[in-house]
Amino acid sequence: MAEITFLEAIREGLDEEMQRDPNVFCLGEDIGGFGGAFKVTEGLQAKHGEARVIDTPISEAGIVGAAAGAAHYGMRPVVEMQFIDFVSCAYDMLTNYVATARYRAFLPCPIVVRGPSGGYVRGGPFHSQNPEAAFLHTPGLKIAYPATAEDAKGMIKAAIRDDDPVLFFEHKYLYRRIKGTMPPGDHVVPLGKARVAREGKDLSIITYAATVWKALEAAEQLEKEDGLSVEVIDLRSLLPLDDEAIVATVRKTNRVLVVHEDTVTGGLAGEITARINELCFEWLDAPVRRVAAHDVPLPYAPPLEDYVLPQTSDIVRASRWLAAY
Amino acid sequence: MSHPTPPSGLSREQLLELYRWMRLTRTLEERLVALYRQTKVVGGLFRSLGQEACAVGSAFALQRRDVLSPLIRNLGSMLVKGAEPIEILRQYMAKGDSPTRGRELNIHFGDVVDRNFVGQISHLGDMVPVMAGVTLTFKMRGEPRVGLVYVGDGATSTGAFHEGINFAAVQKCPLVVVVENNGYAYSTPTSKQTAAAQLVDKAIGYGVPGARADGNDVLAVYEVTRAAVDHARSGHGVVLLELMTYRRKGHAEHDSQSYVPAGEIERWAEQNDPIDRYVARLTGEFGFDLAALTAIDEEVRATVDAATDVAEASPPCDGPDALRGVYVDPATMPSLWYRGEATSAVATHERPAGWGTHDG
Repeated sequence: MAEITFLEAIREGLDEEMQRDPNVFCLGEDIGGFGGAFKVTEGLQAKHGEARVIDTPISEAGIVGAAAGAAHYGMRPVVEMQFIDFVSCAYDMLTNYVATARYRAFLPCPIVVRGPSGGYVRGGPFHSQNPEAAFLHTPGLKIAYPATAEDAKGMIKAAIRDDDPVLFFEHKYLYRRIKGTMPPGDHVVPLGKARVAREGKDLSIITYAATVWKALEAAEQLEKEDGLSVEVIDLRSLLPLDDEAIVATVRKTNRVLVVHEDTVTGGLAGEITARINELCFEWLDAPVRRVAAHDVPLPYAPPLEDYVLPQTSDIVRASRWLAAY
Repeated sequence: MSHPTPPSGLSREQLLELYRWMRLTRTLEERLVALYRQTKVVGGLFRSLGQEACAVGSAFALQRRDVLSPLIRNLGSMLVKGAEPIEILRQYMAKGDSPTRGRELNIHFGDVVDRNFVGQISHLGDMVPVMAGVTLTFKMRGEPRVGLVYVGDGATSTGAFHEGINFAAVQKCPLVVVVENNGYAYSTPTSKQTAAAQLVDKAIGYGVPGARADGNDVLAVYEVTRAAVDHARSGHGVVLLELMTYRRKGHAEHDSQSYVPAGEIERWAEQNDPIDRYVARLTGEFGFDLAALTAIDEEVRATVDAATDVAEASPPCDGPDALRGVYVDPATMPSLWYRGEATSAVATHERPAGWGTHDG
């Protein structure tokens, strides 16, 4: 099987699910004939028809609400946010309506809201965001954030089949840079399960999305230059979090660095640190430390963006600090 | 003696049914007021006094397979659509066997399997996009089903209303959007809600037909809604209706209505009560005996009495049930550690040898 990009893997997953289940349909801005701003849905309208790949007005709240209504009556809508930054326009609909639907009124609401997220692309404050933490605090939602092409396909398929609403973040830096060879057959990667991206014994880096690749780079460098054996955990799903995988790596290496691209205050790293504290405090040989973005809106200019976001060199420096503790 | 044919093909039995639904709405709400004063209703109480014709007449134009999205003043619509008084009473009293098992208040509940009404949320306007999606589904599947969503005069100012009706209009969804203009959004009069001369004027901007009717005339409400429903069902898309009515009680039972000009409420009560007006027509032009209506009143009272007895005897909710049903999977959220049997933060030392400061 030939290698395909992270972006093509998502498209393949969407296409397969649309073929498998006539209730699956896509809606979003410019996703039809144009194929979407990043071309994730390119060709899907030609193949599946205008009724199943719907171009919508610029109405993020409206289309998320419409997806919910369709889901109540048996459909499995997949909503594209042109950039995930615009999901804030649908925040009310997602947190108040969608997330509570099953609990408050036993309404089925199996929708997927997906879109390009993340920085390192000179996108500026409104085309680079990582808003996962804003939704982490909302019971009723699930959050997926894959790092590999194989997971991107397997997890979009799992998200579409999931009976609960799923936010699916697609890091745009990975769209065309990362490639993978898809396993044959119906490749589904379950939500809620982390992955050991690299085995190690001296130190664990727990991370997700684009920073998985930076952590792997750092691990490589630390092995060569310091002889350190670094384990890298790719969380893959942020809600629910895979506590078992987190505890297992803490017990193995006793030193943990949590890395994410989102800003540090109120970010996922704080939650992971709290869980480690509650679940396996005794197994720590050093305080859990965080490497994350500085608490500022993400700026445009390369020197500014590079300063704000965590870089491989930051992960290396922080790992050395932890290893020496 | 012959009587005039009822409008819109309604039978004489249906004329009485309309009366019964309005009477049931009012009697049930009066019972809820009594229970509220006895503190048996644990949350707020919302009345639709004076708006019963709006709710009942519009919902009566739907079939069972059609989907209704009610708001807080649409108890009557829900009853027409099959909600039972016992459900309303249990819900208000937060009983364990209430339609939402105590998760939601008042008439916030739904049934999308059989009776087809969708549980609303408090964020006004949000149900318009949701109903756009429900009816988009019917269009995609070629099912001859229609949706009807209510908004108040206040909700027409929300972004969700705009996004929802616009999307539904573009997609030609079989959706009827009913604006119940009752003059007030909480304390804010419609004149401070919009500069539009009338809310139905907004239909032009969305490229959909609009109509306005006397919301306190149940037959006029039925007629205008029925025409809109037929329009939607025949594939012609969205219709916007504005029904003119008046909210005689406050936003909720606690609201003193100090913002209402003196005499306004009394004038509506005396001159424009939807039930009084309908009784006059039934006993006048349609020639019904008052006794037939009194019999309905008595049957309704007995129904509400019986439902109240059963609801009062219903069990309370069970605390730990609160953790169930957030997700399909996991079906139950974990209870937090301090509710368990934890005796110490470190009940068993898993790592005595390797942890420097721990002496076993």
